[in-house]
Amino acid sequence: MFDSARLAQILHAHEGVEGPLLPILHDVQESFGHIPEAALDPIAEALRLSRAEVVGVVGFYHDFRKTPAGAHVVKLCRAEACQSMGGTALQARLEAALGQKMGETKNGVTLEAVYCLGLCACAPAALVDDRLIGRLDAARVDAIAKEVRA
Amino acid sequence: MKIWVPADAAARACGADEVAAAISAAAEQRGVTVELIRNGTRGMVWLEPLVEVETPEGRRAFGPMTPEDVPALFDSPDSHPKAQGLTEEIPFFKRQTRLTFARCGKIDPLSLMDYEAEGGLAGLRAAIARTPAEVVEEIVASGLRGRGGAGFPTGIKWRTVLGAKAAQKYIVCNADEGDSGSFADRMLMEGDPFCLIEGMAIAGLATGATQGYVYIRSEYPDAIRVMRAAVEAATHAGVLGADVLGSGRAFRVEIRVGAGAYVCGEETSLLNSLEGKRGVVRAKPPLPALEGFMGRPTVVNNVLSLAAVPWIMAHGGAAYNAIGINRSRGTIPLQIAGNVKHGGLFETGFGITLGEIVTEIAGGTASGRPVKAVQVGGPLGAYHPVSDFDLPFCYEEFAGQGGLVGHAGMIIHDEGADMLALARFAMEFCAIESCGKCTPCRIGAVRGVETLDRVAAGDPTALPLIEDLCNTMKLGSLCALGGFTPYPVLSAIRHFPEEFTPMREAAE
Repeated sequence: MFDSARLAQILHAHEGVEGPLLPILHDVQESFGHIPEAALDPIAEALRLSRAEVVGVVGFYHDFRKTPAGAHVVKLCRAEACQSMGGTALQARLEAALGQKMGETKNGVTLEAVYCLGLCACAPAALVDDRLIGRLDAARVDAIAKEVRA
Repeated sequence: MKIWVPADAAARACGADEVAAAISAAAEQRGVTVELIRNGTRGMVWLEPLVEVETPEGRRAFGPMTPEDVPALFDSPDSHPKAQGLTEEIPFFKRQTRLTFARCGKIDPLSLMDYEAEGGLAGLRAAIARTPAEVVEEIVASGLRGRGGAGFPTGIKWRTVLGAKAAQKYIVCNADEGDSGSFADRMLMEGDPFCLIEGMAIAGLATGATQGYVYIRSEYPDAIRVMRAAVEAATHAGVLGADVLGSGRAFRVEIRVGAGAYVCGEETSLLNSLEGKRGVVRAKPPLPALEGFMGRPTVVNNVLSLAAVPWIMAHGGAAYNAIGINRSRGTIPLQIAGNVKHGGLFETGFGITLGEIVTEIAGGTASGRPVKAVQVGGPLGAYHPVSDFDLPFCYEEFAGQGGLVGHAGMIIHDEGADMLALARFAMEFCAIESCGKCTPCRIGAVRGVETLDRVAAGDPTALPLIEDLCNTMKLGSLCALGGFTPYPVLSAIRHFPEEFTPMREAAE
């Protein structure tokens, strides 16, 4: 839930910071799970930016969400190292098991692509909520699907 | 009894936390006192989780460990099925020249005492004893070039910033390691964070910058956590702050986090992002060295460039320059990844051939099938066929073969690789990550995906268009994203033409 007092705290904490917008947006997303529409004007005002500039920054970066994610977030790496170890087939398997495509939120699960977790020597890799998983195979993909749908 | 279990993200992704918990439990059960240290990784990722046990002969390695392997570690270590012998005698490790990664995996990453005991801070002390211009010339003499991929001489960049007059200058560390196949920055930040901090402090003293920022990609939560803790510890100990090691000179460091944009690894786009703007590329000139962060003189260096600096200052530029061949001097931390038997980080002098790396050191593919192509330098790097295996690993030599060293990551593909699909992915990735500033990249990448789909459908007119489009992107893009995306595409076409012919479907 959006809370204007919490937003004010975040804005206050970043006074005097050089280039404060990204740190503020990270904190806002951390607090509210996404960047609420209602936060845009106060942020713009505090930083003496136009609302359009703030919207432009939020929209530029893949991390910032305009709506909350599901209770579980599964990020599967699609980059080349993971592809070389059969990542593309595992992506299809995971999509089928969850009944959703990359980029969709369904049944409380957000499934997203990520382009490199830096686990390229133990590929394929995924990030399930806060947990990194390397050496993915069919069994591990099935276990992830089961875990997040439970 | 001292036991090391890496807390490196790759080790954790392979179950290191579970192994560490099993060790604690087994020790308690047996009434054995264990000092459990969560170190960084030694870089032998195929052996992770790699547990090390202290013995009078040295540290003995066991891996890849599972919780089930833990009881035998206490009960019968000599006949342990996962025993690898002494860690530093493992051929993959022994063959390296570890300068930048000398401490990584060896020490407790957040112990400043361990860091100093293993040679840390000697470079910073040497820099304090000399004038800024002398420090800059030492770096110039070392021959160190930007390890982020561009290969620009680090010392020359510092010289420009030193010579710039401004009330405030900055050191910005580019830790936006987005290239697939690269993980050296992450490993160093997680395994030896003080090394990067020391390198930044030296850069600050050398150029007159008093504020540093490390811009770390958000996909690296572990590195962010370790770096934040290390900055705090270094500040507390007086390594950073108003009076760096009693020198009377100030240098502070702040950690900043990216937000999932590959293009922010490009230095001008990174600066915009750091300023809180869209991560759009800036046209050069002005050079960031003169008008960088907040329009002020700024050194932007990769993690590996800055982390090489403490060794150079402690041992001298000439000692670093003595390693390597031609215009590529010093060591390069290779990252061997993908479909590979022995994947991980291998630091060595420049000049080793691609074939030595892939065949001898890495042991070929994980699948056991023949190697088909090796992509060197990340998603913007070329695909090299086996016929390129005699190519020495150096900046100019790779450029001469239509490739690039990049951040020295390499992804090995076995014969199952679909080169047309990989070429299409290169264009797709560029389209997803383009900042949108210049037309060849923003529109070219989208047209590239469509046109490669036409190639796949058997349209004989599409392939010449791809070559033409790649030429436009190469010559017309503002930065390496649009400018280098043609490298994987064209190299795939050049070396594997049969996969791009209209007869593709029929032939299969």
